[in-house]
This record gives sequence, structure tokens and C-alpha cells, in this order.
Amino acid sequence: MSEHDETRETDAHSGTETTGHEWDGIKELDTPLPRWWLYIFYASIVWSVIYMVFMPAWPALPGLAGETDHTRGLRNHSERANVAEALDELAEMRASGFAALEGASIDEIESNPELLGFVRAAGEAVFGDRCATCHGVGAQGFVGYPNLNDDIWIWGGSYDEIRHTLQVGIRSEHPDTRFSQMPAFGRDELLSRSEIADVSDYVLSLSGVSADAGAVGRGQAIYDVQCASCHMDDGRGDRAQGAPNLTDQNWLYGGSREQIIATIHRGPYGVMPAWEDRLDDATIDALAAYVFLLGGGEDATARPTGQ
Amino acid sequence: MSNTTPKSMAAPGITRSKAEAVNAADTRELYKKREPIYPKLAHGKFRFVKWVIMALALGVYYLVPFLRWDRGPGAPDQAVLVDFAHGRFYFFFIEIWPQEIYYVTGLLIMAALGLFLASALFGRVWCGYACPQTVWTDLFIMVERMFEGDRNARMKLDRAPWSLNKAWRKTGKHAVWLVIAFATGGAWILYFHDAWDTLANFFTGTAAPSSYVFAGVLTFTTYTLAGTMREQVCTYMCPWPRIQAAMTDRDALNVTYRIDRGEPRGAHKKNDSWDNRGDCIDCKQCVAVCPMGIDIRDGAQLECIQCALCIDACDDIMGKVGRPTGLITYETDDNIDRFVKGETPRYPFIRPRTMVYAVSLAIVTALMLGALVTRTHLELNSQRDRNPNYVRLSDGGVRNGYTVNVINKANAPRVMDLAVEGDPAIGVRILGAPDLMPGQIEIGPDRSQDYVVYLTLPDDAIDGPREEITFVVTDQETGETARSPSVLITGAE
Repeated sequence: MSEHDETRETDAHSGTETTGHEWDGIKELDTPLPRWWLYIFYASIVWSVIYMVFMPAWPALPGLAGETDHTRGLRNHSERANVAEALDELAEMRASGFAALEGASIDEIESNPELLGFVRAAGEAVFGDRCATCHGVGAQGFVGYPNLNDDIWIWGGSYDEIRHTLQVGIRSEHPDTRFSQMPAFGRDELLSRSEIADVSDYVLSLSGVSADAGAVGRGQAIYDVQCASCHMDDGRGDRAQGAPNLTDQNWLYGGSREQIIATIHRGPYGVMPAWEDRLDDATIDALAAYVFLLGGGEDATARPTGQ
Repeated sequence: MSNTTPKSMAAPGITRSKAEAVNAADTRELYKKREPIYPKLAHGKFRFVKWVIMALALGVYYLVPFLRWDRGPGAPDQAVLVDFAHGRFYFFFIEIWPQEIYYVTGLLIMAALGLFLASALFGRVWCGYACPQTVWTDLFIMVERMFEGDRNARMKLDRAPWSLNKAWRKTGKHAVWLVIAFATGGAWILYFHDAWDTLANFFTGTAAPSSYVFAGVLTFTTYTLAGTMREQVCTYMCPWPRIQAAMTDRDALNVTYRIDRGEPRGAHKKNDSWDNRGDCIDCKQCVAVCPMGIDIRDGAQLECIQCALCIDACDDIMGKVGRPTGLITYETDDNIDRFVKGETPRYPFIRPRTMVYAVSLAIVTALMLGALVTRTHLELNSQRDRNPNYVRLSDGGVRNGYTVNVINKANAPRVMDLAVEGDPAIGVRILGAPDLMPGQIEIGPDRSQDYVVYLTLPDDAIDGPREEITFVVTDQETGETARSPSVLITGAE
């Protein structure tokens, strides 16, 4: 039993000395700590020494610990190496999926639940990394960047067409890139301001928006000369030239009269990079299938133009 | 308190110990070294009950992994199995999936309420009889007694200098402890993989690394906690003694010294009168048998696990000195006060606290049983795509995407119709359902499968910003259905 310290108060009920700390009449007992708590503390110190021997622990001067700037420990443990190993394992796991994808038609992909699951997972990951910046995480698109969920395709919506677009890009630096250019009718002074306004009214009327009849008539005359070669006489566009259908409700660069005037004025020049040299074929397959299966993909036999 | 009465003067069969309560309030030290406790073997009805409970508890723990339960081909046949690898928990006829973890939650709530109820009625019965710490410590003390003898022999052995006799007894004890500890850790891992396979793999070095880790950790903790730490676990490590104060009240039965009967205590010679004195002859047998090293006559203490061994010890003595048993007994604090005042005891087992616990327990039990009985083998969940919220199509129609999750908990593949209730104009397209009729899906046994479903509403059928719809999946054979309500957003004003 310890010497009783006369200067310290002893709790009458428990017979234990108090620490002297008091909160609103509640006093703290100075209850003895069990000795094994100390043993655990000593064991922790021993453990830390063992850990330092086996695991990376200390910063080291360059050259003293090999190529790293810290002691490696007997286990030569490296999280960086672990990550590299895990990535290799991941690639190995994915390899079978990518192999199954090679040469598969979109019907085969869609009707094979495992392949479908693989495409949706792998495609979504690549899409998030490479495509979402412009097309949005959900591929919903923005002004100037098409929505990939719908059934509206400027260059074609079959699995093969989508894959080709991914490979060569649009107006990219790829030698075989999909290419077309709409003139900047206003900026290059091919049409006057009033002519552009008239054409805009006519284009609006193509998709059922009522516009001034006189302007529409004047605009149609200009359209037939300036626009119909690409967008076709009926305004339904031509996928071979990447000319959008002007008769639907979908507007890549905005569907208000002002936006249409601005589009004709400046002649848009939307660019999508070519991915052929940046992604391997299997990844492009997965990406094309993913985009196709967002819901808007078309049969390979689908209309070559916007018919 | 004198302890000098000659043995010849005591009643026949009465033993007297120089037992000191090593954890008594008076003798506590700062920086406390563990004082070894040498519990003496008690004989009596509570000791018998504890032997029976120990046999049952250990039997269940060690043998249950080997029970088999036929679940058909492809499913494990172990009656109780926590299959982390495949995300299943099997308990005889019950199979629980990870998303049904609420069954476990319910079980824990039931266990907690049961503990509260038991505490309100009978004090720390859990601590005294059923807690693994108590059971294994009891087992380890039994082994210790086998090798080193009972209390006095053990104390003598510990005081004695090292000898061959002492060495083999100590070695034997620790060896058997280690074997038991290893069996305890070894049985634990049998609950997580097939028991027979694990057993075979373990000794050929081919079991999962986690098996060795857990077997090792539990061997260590069993050996340490039950062999060397014992009462320290209850006193310093376990929160329950502290919570206990809130769980019992003056009407709960506790292992209690009948201060009204016992005092004033003192040595009693064979033919002395019992007048003007208490029944306690201060033989300290209650202290000698106590595995916690306390003196129950000091009153309620947080160290007391209420194992009732002191009751057995005291009853034994009372019988020998010819006084009524029950000087130490299960009694309520309130009744002790009543005895002191000469009033009759009362046992209000039915009181608001116990009723609240009992009714809560009954409600939770009923809910859990109800959920278990009505558990279906088919579940359907749907998640509508939020990005994009909806897709406007070239013909003016609108399309929404959904991830529909179908869970088949039956151990057989099933073909099912997946249909949509709502506007009949809605077109349904299910991705990944090959070789079947439109709207049909096939799902393997014991599986959860996601389907991508596109719903299209034509332009002329749009008449509001949203349509209420319901996915319905129907088993073609059994007609079992599951439903999941959702909406179709049209984007219209």
C-alpha cells in the first residue's frame, strides 16, 4: 500500500485519493493504473523497433539507401510497387474481356450479359477519362458537343460508324479524319446580314417554327443555292458530309433565331480528336459499344443520310 | 476481526482460510501490480449450473461448425457459415444476403434488449454465467486446479522455490492452456470457410492466410485473457460493469450479503449461543472462492460478476454450523433494507422498467420474425438514370434509362417476365437478355443481376412532366412477383 499523502484528499466512499480536480462537486479519483498498461506501452515501443527494421521508416541521404530517399526495411516494402503490380493484375483481368470484344458484333455484345457488363464498365471508365470533358459525364452533351444518348447522329450512329469516328476524329489532325467545313457566311461576307436573317427564318420553318412568310420565301431561295448542297434540298442533312438534319428539334449550336443567325454568320468548326493513336483497338471497341448502347445506336443498315 | 480460533473448536467440517480480499478497497495501491487470485473450488447448485452452462457453451462453440445442412447442389452444406467470399450468411434454414444485414442488426438489438431485461430482473447474469470471458476463465482455472491443486496448494506452489515438481506442473498447465487457446482460435475460423476443408487445409499449410492470422490472434487473446488477465478484463477492459449501474435498480436481484442476518459477524465456537450476533462466522470462504478477489460482504462492487460461487461456499458453511442457508443470496437492494427494518420482502418483477424492456423485446422479435417469415426469394429494385435526366429523340419522343436490379434468392435459375405498368404507349427495351422472348429475362441461381432498361414514350403520348410507372417482375413458373415503382420524366411543361 502506498504511503498516504496527507495533502491529498481521500474519497470517503471508495477510499481512493482524489486528483484534486473538481467540476461542480464531481471529483476525479486517482485510481491506480493496472501495471499491464505499462507492459502494453513497452510492447508498443518494441513493436516500433521491429517495424523500423522490417518496413520503410527513416528518411535517408541520397545514395545511402540505394535509389530511394528512405530506408527500405528488410521486407523491401513499396506501395508504389504494389500499385504497379495491382495495375498489371487489373490489365490481366480485363484482357479476357477485351479479347472477347475483338471482332464481336454489336448484337453479340448486347446479347451476352457478361460482355455487356464488361463493355458498360470498361466503356464508362474510358468515357469518363477521355470523353466526359466535352460530352459530359452522362454523355448528355453541351452546345457544340453532341448529346450521345439520343438517336441523332451527324456522322452516323451504327457501331462501325461510331468506332470510325472515334478512330479518326472529326476535323482532327488525322489524315483520314471526318471532315467538312461550313462557310462563315457572315464573317467572310458571303451573305449580307439581311440574307442571313432570311435563311435563318427559313431554317426555323423547316422544323415547324412559324416565321415571317416573306423572309422564309427569300431565305429558301438563298438556301437552295448556298446550303442545299450539304444539308440537302429538304433540309434533312447528309451524314457523308457531316451536315446535320435541320428539320428536327435538335440544335447542336442552339435553336433560337439569334443562335441560328450566329451559327450561319461564323460557320462552326467543331473538332473531336482522333483516338486511334492514343487508345488501343480494344479500348476503342469498348468505347464505341458503350456509346452505341447508351440507347441511340443504329443498325448498320440504317439510312445513310438523315432519312 | 480475529482469525485465531483453534480448529478444534470449530464445528465439524468447517475450514477456515486466511483469505484476504486482494482487491478490497482498503488494500488498493497506486500503480497496481496484478495480485494473483487463487479461487477455491466451490460445491453447490450454482457451481453445478455453471458447469452445465460451460459444457453447453463450449460444446456449441466447438461443434456447431461441423453440423451439416443440405441446401442442394452448388450451395454450401455447413449449417452455420459466414461466407464472406460469396457474401452469404447461412444459419440452418436461413440464408442472409449482405443487403439483409438488418437481420443481424435486429438480432443485436434483440440481444441488447434481452441483456437489459435480464439485468433489470437478475443483475449481471450474463457476466456470471454466459460471458465468454467468464466461461473460458472458468475452464482455465479448472485446468490450473488439475495441475496445481486447489487454492492452498496453488498458493503454496507459487511460494515454493523452483523444483522439478513445480516446473512440470506449471509447464503442463500452460501447455494445456495453449492447446485450449488454439482450439478456440481454430474453431473460430471454421465458421468462415467449410469446417472440414479448413481443418484439412490448415494443417497442410494451404488454408487462407486470414485463417492463420485469426487463429493466431485468437489463440493469443484466449491464452492471455483467460489465462493471465482474467478478472483484469472485467474490471479494466470491459465497459459493461460501468453500464451496469444504469441497467439495474433497487428491485433487481443481485448476489448480495444479507447484512441484516450476518452482522455482527465473528468467529463462532461450536456450542456458543447464536444470540446477539450475526450468522456470519467470518470464515471467509466467500472470499476464497471468489474469482474476482473481492469480499461480497463489502456490498455491491463493480468488480463483482455475480457468479454466485460465494453463495455456494456460504450455504455449505451455513449447513455445517446449522444456520439457515442464504446468508449470501440473490436478493434485491430494496429487500435488504426491508429486512433491516423488519419488513416483509417484495419482488416486483413487473415494473415499468422491465415492462418497457419486455415489450420492446417482444416488438423487435415479432418484427424480425415477421420479416424472416415473409422473406421472398425475388426482389426488384430500380434506379433511374439522372444524367441525363431524359433524352429527347428525333421524332419528339422521350426516353429514360433505368438500371433494374433483379435478385433471385432461390437456388435455381428462373425465367421471368420483366414488364412495366403505366402508360400503355411506353416502349420497353431490355439490354442483355439474349435468346428469350421480348420482356423475358433469365437469371441464374442465387444471383443478383442488373439490367439496363430503356423506356420510350412517343411524342403524342406525352401529357405532363412525368409519368408514374412500376416495374414488375413475374416468375413464369411460380407466379411470384416483385414490384418497384419509379417515374418517367418527359421534360414537358
